[in-house]
Amino acid sequence: MVKNRKALAGLILFAIVVLLAAFPGLFASYGSSNILGAYPINLGPSTAHLLGTTSYGQDIYTELIYGARQVLVIALVAGACATVLSVLIGITAAYMGGLVDEALSLVTNVVLILPTFPLMIILAKYAGQSNAVMIIVLVATGWSYGANQMRAQALSLRNRDFLEAARVRGERRSYIILFEMMPTMTSLIVANFLGSALYSVLAASGLQFIGLGNTSSQSWGTMLYNANEAEALQAGNALWIVAPGLAIAVLSAAFALMNYAFDEIGNPALRPVRRKDLRRSRKAEKLDAANAVHARKGANDVGPDVYADAS
Amino acid sequence: MRFVVRRLGMFLFTLWAAMTLNFFIPRFMPGNPLQALEARTRGKISPVALQSILSSFGYKPNSALIPQYFTYLKDMLTGNWGESIGLSLGEPVRTIVFQALPWTLGLIGLTTVIAFLLGNVVGIVAGWRRGGTLDSWLPSTLVITANLPYYWVGMLLILVFASPKIFNVLPADFNYDPSILPGFSPGFVGSVLQHAVLPAFTLLVTSIGGWILTMRNNMITTLAEDYVRMARAKGLPDRKIMYGYAARNAMLPNISGFAMSLGFVLSGSVLVEYVFNYPGLGYQLLNAVDNNDYPLMQVLFMLYTVAVLLSLLVADFFMAWLDPRARAKG
Repeated sequence: MVKNRKALAGLILFAIVVLLAAFPGLFASYGSSNILGAYPINLGPSTAHLLGTTSYGQDIYTELIYGARQVLVIALVAGACATVLSVLIGITAAYMGGLVDEALSLVTNVVLILPTFPLMIILAKYAGQSNAVMIIVLVATGWSYGANQMRAQALSLRNRDFLEAARVRGERRSYIILFEMMPTMTSLIVANFLGSALYSVLAASGLQFIGLGNTSSQSWGTMLYNANEAEALQAGNALWIVAPGLAIAVLSAAFALMNYAFDEIGNPALRPVRRKDLRRSRKAEKLDAANAVHARKGANDVGPDVYADAS
Repeated sequence: MRFVVRRLGMFLFTLWAAMTLNFFIPRFMPGNPLQALEARTRGKISPVALQSILSSFGYKPNSALIPQYFTYLKDMLTGNWGESIGLSLGEPVRTIVFQALPWTLGLIGLTTVIAFLLGNVVGIVAGWRRGGTLDSWLPSTLVITANLPYYWVGMLLILVFASPKIFNVLPADFNYDPSILPGFSPGFVGSVLQHAVLPAFTLLVTSIGGWILTMRNNMITTLAEDYVRMARAKGLPDRKIMYGYAARNAMLPNISGFAMSLGFVLSGSVLVEYVFNYPGLGYQLLNAVDNNDYPLMQVLFMLYTVAVLLSLLVADFFMAWLDPRARAKG
């Protein structure tokens, strides 16, 4: 994984956010107490306030550092829960088949089609504004895509010999699903987790941005919300908007890069090519093509129907 | 035939599920239109008067839920959408929706189509010239741009192009300059286009990456197919192989994705409309949610779902017509 440059970049960005979230005190210039009006308002960047202050007199840099934890926790928890749900539903549907499959697939497809963001807005608005609600909303709307993928993958495994062997041994269904099928699907599950976490970062921040998160908590989306409410754009306090958005972008880029790298590792055809390898493979391809023509000519001598089939 | 029946059944079931969810979620949650209205009128009108205003518009919190539910289903389907009980109290929901619809369709629909076409062309070229300059830096960049928080990109654009500090060249608010009389005058059309530039660009920047990447990856997979090798062996010109053999097949999986995104045109860009105060359907949804405007909320949510369902249905049939393998899967 580390050999892949995208994965490495993603991992580094992710590690930075994790560090900030775990030990904000080490990096922030002030304590977590972000009291309104603690400093003069709308200051520009200076050594005392690296990113200036908000129009509520808070230190933007400190807020930024302390904002990391909430997004990260929401992303990881919601991503994990959504993945568990999609694994359970997808594999159960595929393994049980029949009516169970029909029913579970129907539910999955319905949830997949429902307009997600409006549904999230309505849910978040009416279910109250706390992080727990946020996570539930993200899981409820985010599991269906993964479930479909899991089902497809599990379906392709269903008739493999090792599962048949387990069945003949008389293992229970739950054992087969958990200990025989799931380990073979690890890479898909990890990719799914990364995708769900990415989705959660963006969706949670989006909801917080329109004021549907916990507006009293410290988080990047909430910072953007406050900046927008205080008309930071008009007040010319650019950093108040640039900084939290960039932070969200960094975390989502971390998940996206790792996710994409995972795709590349799973599907070697997509990996970036080095120039040298490319020239070699082009040459090989031309040779191949030439050989194919020869082979076809040979086949043509044997019988015309082979050629007709190929074209 | 079985294929058609299954699809239609799925269509009706999803529609029903969406409408049911949308009926029950707001009603089982705290907060009601009366409170919202009281907060907005700041107690200037007595609660009793407000109550009677609301009930004259069809808000009956005390009648039984189940009959309400069936009337709701019937009204939704027959287009009897009632009046708004939110920001524009008493205005027919139909009017609000039809005023907002063209703006969303025009701005976000057109941008989606442009992003799809442009993204596919770039993706075809990048996949074809595998390992070229374009292909070496494009994927990493696009992975990042495709996952930017798009509302933030919009805010940055406002910061750069619509604030007095840097360039003050483009408007950041609304759909046209209200001082110009709407009509087919050059001034009005120009104003509409001017107001669309920033939101459209925001959407383009964040949505094109996905198209390019999937198209590039499809292209690469397709280029490894035997029929492409066959075409090479036949000595066909590159251009013909690229478009006539590889791209045509690589596009197939993208079509249902395109249909899905067309379906999400109505609902997918709520935040862009919010950032730019663009009075489309997404903007209206946020208004409705803010003010507990059930009638408007219900209709919007139903329209969002119908849009997705319809475009998926069309895409399914289109795919079945285009690709015999899809027919067999049913």
